[in-house]
Amino acid sequence: MSVKVMIPTPLRAYAGKRDSAEFSAATVGEALSGLTSQFQELRKHLYTEDGKLRAFVNVYLNDEDIRYLAKENTPTKDGDTISIIPSIAGGSFAR
Amino acid sequence: MSEVLEVAISRELAEKIREHGVETYPYECCGAMLGRDLALSENAASGKKSHSIPREVLSLFPLVNRRDDSPRNRFSVTADDVRDAEKTARAQGLEVIGWYHSHPDHPARPSDYDRDHAWPWYSYVIVSVATGVPQDMTSWRLKDDRSGFLEEKIAPIEVSARN
Repeated sequence: MSVKVMIPTPLRAYAGKRDSAEFSAATVGEALSGLTSQFQELRKHLYTEDGKLRAFVNVYLNDEDIRYLAKENTPTKDGDTISIIPSIAGGSFAR
Repeated sequence: MSEVLEVAISRELAEKIREHGVETYPYECCGAMLGRDLALSENAASGKKSHSIPREVLSLFPLVNRRDDSPRNRFSVTADDVRDAEKTARAQGLEVIGWYHSHPDHPARPSDYDRDHAWPWYSYVIVSVATGVPQDMTSWRLKDDRSGFLEEKIAPIEVSARN
């Protein structure tokens, strides 16, 4: 089954400037794994060194935040779209 | 990533970023910068190379700082805000090319916290606001290996040649 992954603008430079890619995957995690296998430079921007999705990386399965589903184990079906949406944070020095 | 690290911002838009920082002082302000990136748009295969500005900010999308627990030294933009900014950019034929925020009573240099939360490729503009008065404005891009930021030049562009 084919799942489409939408690649956010700041990561397109690491994905041959593509805005999406399709993978055969049964779960969200498998699709993201397909993405980071094909475009390995993406991995460190999506995952921490111990393999967890970074806090400011939001993953949606057809508009549903996977945090409220089964996270990376959320099952996918043919034709689903996975979107990676950044959240942005920062600030001055810690006090 | 492009070798030329430069972002063009008109004096008028740079002034608006400073004003936003003054308005929210002593809290941090934040917003999206909408514009064009030549390297990204070249892939659109239009074949047009009408100008050589590698990256330019053409519009701003000011946002509300969602961090109400520590707004003096932190800012946060939710995924919904990012989607709104992207939608607004697309409606103008632009992309979200970066983000601005203020550092109240701190230098316009990225903190470790900025680095830990940064995305690559985006331009991160920081304006320092000291006792309510805008100071330096700088722009930064995260290094590919996430080890730090590279400073990029802010090139002022004149909207009007007059005055």
